[in-house]
Amino acid sequence: MEPRSFTVSYAPHVHDGSSTRRIMWSVFGALVPAAAVAVYAFGLDALRVMLLSTILCVAMEGVALLIMRRDPAACLDGSAALTGFLLGLTLPAGLSNGIIVVGAFVAVIVAKQVFGGLGHNPFNPALTSRVFLLIAFPKQLTTWPVPRGLEDIKEYMGLAVTRTTDAVTSATPLAAIKEHAQRAMPNIQLNDLFFGVHTPGSIGEISALALLLGAAFLLYRRIITWHVPVATLATVAVLGGLTHLANPAKYADPVFHLFAGGLFIGAFFMATDYVTAPVWPLGKIIYGVGIGLLTMVIRLWGGYPEGISFAILLMNAATPLLDRYTVPTPFGSRKPDKAAPGQAGGES
Amino acid sequence: MTTQANPFPGGIHPAYRKDLTSGCESRPMPVPKILVIPLSQHLGAPAKVLVKKGDAVKAGQLIAEPAGFISAAVHASSSGKVTAIGPVELPSGQKGEAVTIETDGAHEWARMEPISDPLAADPKVLVERVKAAGIVGLGGATFPSHVKLTPPADSPVDWVLLNGAECEPYLTADHRVMVERPDRIAQGVKLVRHIMGVSKVSVGIEGNKPDAIEAMRKALGDAGEVVELPVKYPQGSEKQLIHALTGRRVPPKKLPSSVGVTVFNVATVAAIADAVIDGTPLVERVVTVTGSGVNQPGNFRVPVGARVLDLMEFAGGYREDAAQLILGGPMMGRAAATDDVPVVKGVGGVLVLSADELKNLDYGVCVRCGRCLRACPNTQNPMLLGQLIEKGLFSRIDEEKLRELVLDDCFECGSCTFVCPSRRPLVQFFQMAKGYYRSQQKRKG
Repeated sequence: MEPRSFTVSYAPHVHDGSSTRRIMWSVFGALVPAAAVAVYAFGLDALRVMLLSTILCVAMEGVALLIMRRDPAACLDGSAALTGFLLGLTLPAGLSNGIIVVGAFVAVIVAKQVFGGLGHNPFNPALTSRVFLLIAFPKQLTTWPVPRGLEDIKEYMGLAVTRTTDAVTSATPLAAIKEHAQRAMPNIQLNDLFFGVHTPGSIGEISALALLLGAAFLLYRRIITWHVPVATLATVAVLGGLTHLANPAKYADPVFHLFAGGLFIGAFFMATDYVTAPVWPLGKIIYGVGIGLLTMVIRLWGGYPEGISFAILLMNAATPLLDRYTVPTPFGSRKPDKAAPGQAGGES
Repeated sequence: MTTQANPFPGGIHPAYRKDLTSGCESRPMPVPKILVIPLSQHLGAPAKVLVKKGDAVKAGQLIAEPAGFISAAVHASSSGKVTAIGPVELPSGQKGEAVTIETDGAHEWARMEPISDPLAADPKVLVERVKAAGIVGLGGATFPSHVKLTPPADSPVDWVLLNGAECEPYLTADHRVMVERPDRIAQGVKLVRHIMGVSKVSVGIEGNKPDAIEAMRKALGDAGEVVELPVKYPQGSEKQLIHALTGRRVPPKKLPSSVGVTVFNVATVAAIADAVIDGTPLVERVVTVTGSGVNQPGNFRVPVGARVLDLMEFAGGYREDAAQLILGGPMMGRAAATDDVPVVKGVGGVLVLSADELKNLDYGVCVRCGRCLRACPNTQNPMLLGQLIEKGLFSRIDEEKLRELVLDDCFECGSCTFVCPSRRPLVQFFQMAKGYYRSQQKRKG
């Protein structure tokens, strides 16, 4: 037999078939149920916000890559689309197109590409953009259309409602609690928080059920681990429980705190963002506890009704520190758990 | 009572594909026309050549002697005439000196004298025999066995382990040795126990080889305990295996003897018995020929120095779409540019992959998904290290601790690279950095 040449490459010569692209699109897919509920609740306006945000983010990423002479096709890797989708999900339905353009710019250009693009941004781009918009356009960002399913909006939570030109808006449950404390509680149905079709709020946060479905998928596929969401939710539940016990007239019960607002979308889809979250298990738990803590501090005593966005961004800043100080002991570095001869401790 | 294996952190579950060859009894490969026998088939100094061009040699004849304590003897695998001594391409990818023999087909033996009643013999005599037989670790690390049999006085060994894990996907060579020669392994175990004065012997075999577990239990009897190991890569890595079987953890940069343990591959122990009882040096080993790129996967007893192309011809040849030739397994084996390389003592498998199985070498940035951290059997940080090395920031890794823990102790199992969704060549980064440090240390003297 004559000698033959072969293709060379480095070991290992096999791969598990995973890809960053597939992971990104899986997270995207896991958010589709929440988006579907939003379209049912808010109509095509929700679809417009989500689509516009997604398309703009992908387009801006492509342009940014082109300017930096990188492969512009990389804008289709799913990360920009996911950022855009997540941003859209955190906005109120009915937001004007101009503000969405600003939001996409801040998310993709300011929060991501300026720092070096995928893998290098210290803060979650979608949340950075959302918080920027909240501060820059406070009125527009807190104008919540009421889901169409409601016939008599005046009955809803017994609160005053304002009529804008084309939509009817109301306060979110968290805002209602903030303003009216426990007096608002009787009007808030846990059912509504769970299914979301009657609750005002950000497009993607209204249905706990839809978000939990997506989260279960991500956990099942091992795209995210339990550490961050469990630590976040547990902290919120514990703090909500303690404050409720201390003063039930003033503070809502922990179940309300778990299901209201952006806690689920934040804990499962934003706080678990690979790039901006710690990597080691202990670091993830501390990070999750910090998010839960800050969220509750803002919800209970801060100036905003909801604090999850701020909490996640603040803990993003702690990620490098957590990565550094939560490194587990490498295998073998620990003192031997069964002493061997020649070492202190004697016979094994 | 059966011992439960202690789990190690991380690890992966690649497609094992062992069923291609696990039922294939090892067949002897006829001695090919040409044997290319490298002088460095082991860890340590290359052996010193004893023959010259034109010499007639016999099977089992010493053709190169160990050059120092950590070195190993090399023998002719068959009879014939030395036609060349010079550099050839080795399976490691480097060039190295080799003795080329044109065989005469007679396969005339020149064995060593068998040692009668070896269990009554002076252990020193037996160690000398192992050294004279050129026995090295057949699991792939090729560490000279006589060195392992004589641990330093300050770290006495009280537990001998046999590695029958064979966690590399595709490979079944050790599996076949355990099924076909369990009694020979058991004889080797008794010799090792006698040499090292150790009574405690444990054999670790992954649970996907029930026939090997049964055969080994039967053959060993009271001479050693057989422990079924969970099927997880890299279960057969030395430090992970030691922890699994003994609960002891070998500290980074330390040898197993620092925790009183020595590990031998099952095939190595059989080779020790061959050398002592029959006087046969290490001139043959079992090699798995497998993969979708070969016509007939199987196991073969291959003379050391037989070229891969001759082995392939005997084994049934390549399929049309054969594209990649890997010496060893898919996780840690090396892709060879040509099949004109000899099978050496450390090569347990020839894996041929077809064109559609070739890995896409494009890679992206790290997205910090953390999969590599969860896959690393040493609980290290492949992701951070890979980023630093990729950016050329070697100085940052100069911190003594990071280097020690991460680079020196990484044994390049490839688990991190296997799971990386960005397909980053992490193992290659580490090899690059290790090479850099080695050259720095050389410069410093």
